[in-house]
Amino acid sequence: MTIERSRVNLPRILIIDDELAIRRFLHTVLSSEEFCLQEAENGHAGLAASATFRPDVILLDLGLPDLEGITVIKRIREWSTVPIIVLSVREREDDKVAALDAGADDYLTKPFGVGELLARIRAALRRSLQEIPEPLFISNDLQVDLASRQVTVNGSEIALTPTEYDILRLLVVHAGKVLIHRQILKEVWGNAYLEQPHVLRVNISNLRRKLESDPSRPQHIITEPGVGYRLR
Amino acid sequence: MMTNNDDIRPSPEAMLKLAQAEEGTNELGKLKIFLGYAAGVGKTYAMLEAAEQRRLDGSEVVIGYVESHGRFETDSLLAFTGLETLPKKVVIYQGVQLPELDLDAVLVRRPQLVLIDELAHSNAPGSRHGKRWQDVEEILAAGIDVYTTVNIQHFESLNDVVAQITGIVVRETIPDRILDLAFEIKLIDISPEDLLQRLKEGKIYIPSQAAKAMEKFFRPGNLMALRELSLRRTAARVDEQMRAYMETQSIAGPWPTAERLLVCVSGSPSSEKLIRSTCRLAEELKAQWLTLYIETPAGGERIQENRENIWRDLRLAESLGAQVATVTATDIADAMLAYATRHNVTKIVMGKPNKSRWRELFQPPIVDLILRRSGAIDVVIVSFEPEKPAVAASGSRHHHPFELRGYAASLALLAAATLLCELLRPFLAPTNMIMFYLLVVVVAAVRLGRRPAMATAVLGVVAFNFFFVPPRLTFIVADPQYLLTFLGLFVVGVVISNLVARSRERAEVIRDREVQTASLYYLSRDLAAAVDSAAVLKAVVRNVEEVLNAQVAILLPEGERLDILAASAGLVLDLKEQAVADWVFRNKHPAGRATDTLVSAALLYLPLQTPANTLGVIGVSLEKEEDYHSQENRLLLDAFATQAAMSMERIRFSRQAEQAQILQARENLERALLNSISHDLRTPLVTVTGVLSSLKEEGAHLSDQARQELLDTAFGEAQRLNRFVGNLLDMTRIEAGAIRLNFEPCDVQDLIGCALAAIEPRIGTRTIKINLADDLPLITLDLVLMTQVLINLLDNAHKFSPIGSVIEISATADTAGLTLEVADRGAGVPEADLQRIFDKFYRIPVPEGAGGTGLGLSICKGIVEAHNGRIRAVNRSGGGLRIMIRLPLAKIGKEDDDN
Repeated sequence: MTIERSRVNLPRILIIDDELAIRRFLHTVLSSEEFCLQEAENGHAGLAASATFRPDVILLDLGLPDLEGITVIKRIREWSTVPIIVLSVREREDDKVAALDAGADDYLTKPFGVGELLARIRAALRRSLQEIPEPLFISNDLQVDLASRQVTVNGSEIALTPTEYDILRLLVVHAGKVLIHRQILKEVWGNAYLEQPHVLRVNISNLRRKLESDPSRPQHIITEPGVGYRLR
Repeated sequence: MMTNNDDIRPSPEAMLKLAQAEEGTNELGKLKIFLGYAAGVGKTYAMLEAAEQRRLDGSEVVIGYVESHGRFETDSLLAFTGLETLPKKVVIYQGVQLPELDLDAVLVRRPQLVLIDELAHSNAPGSRHGKRWQDVEEILAAGIDVYTTVNIQHFESLNDVVAQITGIVVRETIPDRILDLAFEIKLIDISPEDLLQRLKEGKIYIPSQAAKAMEKFFRPGNLMALRELSLRRTAARVDEQMRAYMETQSIAGPWPTAERLLVCVSGSPSSEKLIRSTCRLAEELKAQWLTLYIETPAGGERIQENRENIWRDLRLAESLGAQVATVTATDIADAMLAYATRHNVTKIVMGKPNKSRWRELFQPPIVDLILRRSGAIDVVIVSFEPEKPAVAASGSRHHHPFELRGYAASLALLAAATLLCELLRPFLAPTNMIMFYLLVVVVAAVRLGRRPAMATAVLGVVAFNFFFVPPRLTFIVADPQYLLTFLGLFVVGVVISNLVARSRERAEVIRDREVQTASLYYLSRDLAAAVDSAAVLKAVVRNVEEVLNAQVAILLPEGERLDILAASAGLVLDLKEQAVADWVFRNKHPAGRATDTLVSAALLYLPLQTPANTLGVIGVSLEKEEDYHSQENRLLLDAFATQAAMSMERIRFSRQAEQAQILQARENLERALLNSISHDLRTPLVTVTGVLSSLKEEGAHLSDQARQELLDTAFGEAQRLNRFVGNLLDMTRIEAGAIRLNFEPCDVQDLIGCALAAIEPRIGTRTIKINLADDLPLITLDLVLMTQVLINLLDNAHKFSPIGSVIEISATADTAGLTLEVADRGAGVPEADLQRIFDKFYRIPVPEGAGGTGLGLSICKGIVEAHNGRIRAVNRSGGGLRIMIRLPLAKIGKEDDDN
């Protein structure tokens, strides 16, 4: 356990993983120039470190020797909203949904590319460092102005139905984070619609047709099969 | 620890025994019989007292059926004890309510001890068993103890003795083996004087019935004799227990060697007596006994007349505990001795001959022959009263209608002969007329049978004398020479009629035999040709149908219960019938119509048994009631059942052998697969390891470009390895049936988008063209798995098509389903292999070594089929392969619980 507090203003990342090889690898790729790292090799150490180290992002492996990863997420969520990114070899969608449902912010299946990991970490940091979302969201050709409820693609304004706008707004607020189906259904339609997934599919499909240049190769609204959607 | 473990490891035999014990076959309940010699001696009272004691000792005691006959003492004891009473089952028969023991209630209640009065009781028609002692047997088999009461006169082997003493034939009898089954017999004894006193005081029957009963049965002489019988029987039993004890404790003593008795039956009225005598003798000697029926071709007449009696005798012997057999032979004495020698018989039991002296001259009694040739085997001669005339009379009355017709025909023949002779009288001497009478005798012998023929011969002599011997129309014979003619006519007539009749009867027996032999032959021929159990069942059903003119059903166990696997057209078995079959299967004993058990069933059921196993049950419905009782039919049915069971077992064994072979083949295949998999897993690792080690050791000396190339190679291989492991996991999941479809309504465009997102970064050198029909509906499917299918298909298309070519994806929908296609411009697949490409580990040799894992397409197939869809491949015109997937269109929304 090495604590690097050389530069206090760097974003702090807590790695909870029992595999030494993975920790070493993460230690190498998350350069000390950019992040301040702390490692924990089991669930209890991780819980303790999340309290003492006060990380800005937690990278969590689900298969820990002492605690179930889901339990760790729930314990942390009892008192903290720190973004948790799950790294796991478990690729079944049930596991992903369970982790996200328990309060994880994102999910990466091992093995993963370094670029992907860095992108997720940055998105999480952006959300955690700025509590109130910026009113203006810009990603490539897409621009969403939450203040004036204005959506433009390549500068030309797009007319959305109120429901479509609600979905897009939700995705923008959580940009970069996977939102599971039930979460979107609940936020946009309310509890009565939790078992009506097709309304969501139809609206996403329509939204893509309006926002994406090639709906078959979406660049903004990404489907996480079996889990949910994410705004890139 | 290890050595200990080895020591206690049970042998296979011990395991088998254990298994049998667990099935409950060895866990019999204990039977205690309260034995009395007449009604009213206090059996029920004693039983209730003993039961109450058991209850106070802590056993769970239940009254299954107790009849107090309104007796005050019993009633008050019944009220006084705290015994739980099961409700009786009321059977309604011909409008009368008959309370009966509720057998099923006992079996369900499962107490430790159940009280069941009146063991010899006959159950109401429609009950499972005909007799209560059969109920008791089933309860004992279920491991429940039974207390029961019975009077001595109900025991089968004493039946005739009791009838002799009291003049009353007891109809409700129990096989003696039930007595042997008893763990304990308690003799309830009071003096006949006390019993009569009790009867007078009205303690036994309700007073109005008392006088009648006393007159018939309760005579001091009867009671004394019955009391002695019961005392003797119990004493014999005690003696037996003592012996058994001494034997088990290895106490030395002069033990008689094991005796084996043989008795032959002929179907004559004395046979029954002979059987009972032998049974008693066998019991006294503690001997096994065999009962034999010898069928002789010469005894044709006897077969015809006595078939029923023989069958009855054999069943009686069987119920008394004998081993029964039938053999066919020409010489009875020889056959009997041969059988005796073969079966180590020590004593042959025979009846005293009662033939008249002069008949013995022609036919020496078999007793003499046996005595002369028996050698080391003892012969026991049993005497009995001569045949009762009443029985003989009833026997001949039985044949009356047929015989009468025969006699009438013979009279007509004689009349015709006489008329002819009268017409020819002017031309013929009387001595020649005798020829016509002889002719008539022969015709009668051939056509009418033995007795009418003999009558014809006698009457012929009389008619000839009366009409043609001078002086005519008188019985006076003037010329004594005619007496010789009469004698000649008479003797020739009798001899001819006997000869002809015997040969005819012989022919009939042979014909019957032939029919049986032929039918067995046809069955065995059909069975030999049958290659699977369905064919065996069909053959059995067809043969039994044809030979016995019957309807047949065969039931075989399917898991816990029996299923009808073959049946005659139109034969339906309701639940009750199936329950009977089930009973037969469990108890390995025939039941149903024309048996002692569950007689109300519509069919007769026999177990399909081999020495080792009971494989199922055959049920038969015959045309006429008497068909059920015919011995030939039963023998034939037994033979059919045995043959069928043997064939089924043969097929089972060959199936097992086949399965072992398949297992071996599968093992071989799996070893090959394992080799192939380990190759696929290692190859990328070799590259990755090689690259890493060279970077580690030589890194400093490599140019930037070389290093970059090495890294790209290693990265590509690592990804390939990852995909392969993923595929293996998917495949394992599909094969284990652990694949759980998570149905959700999906946008087809989304599906394609997901696949493209995963695959396009990898296959940048080919263009993917997408043709989507407008207005595709949402399709209910598992998005993750179907994405996997598309990824695999696109991956394949990419691997096998040239750089720069176009891969096309298209989707169309109609009302019935969705069609997805992925088409490439590669080399396609040889037509012969188009089906095989979906097989596991099928690979096409690829020039650049970009070969796949051989799993991708079989995973696709597994997933598509899990969606109830179909996948197939065709070669495209103009080159390339097109894979087409057809998914049925499910309704949107409610399919989540469809997995």
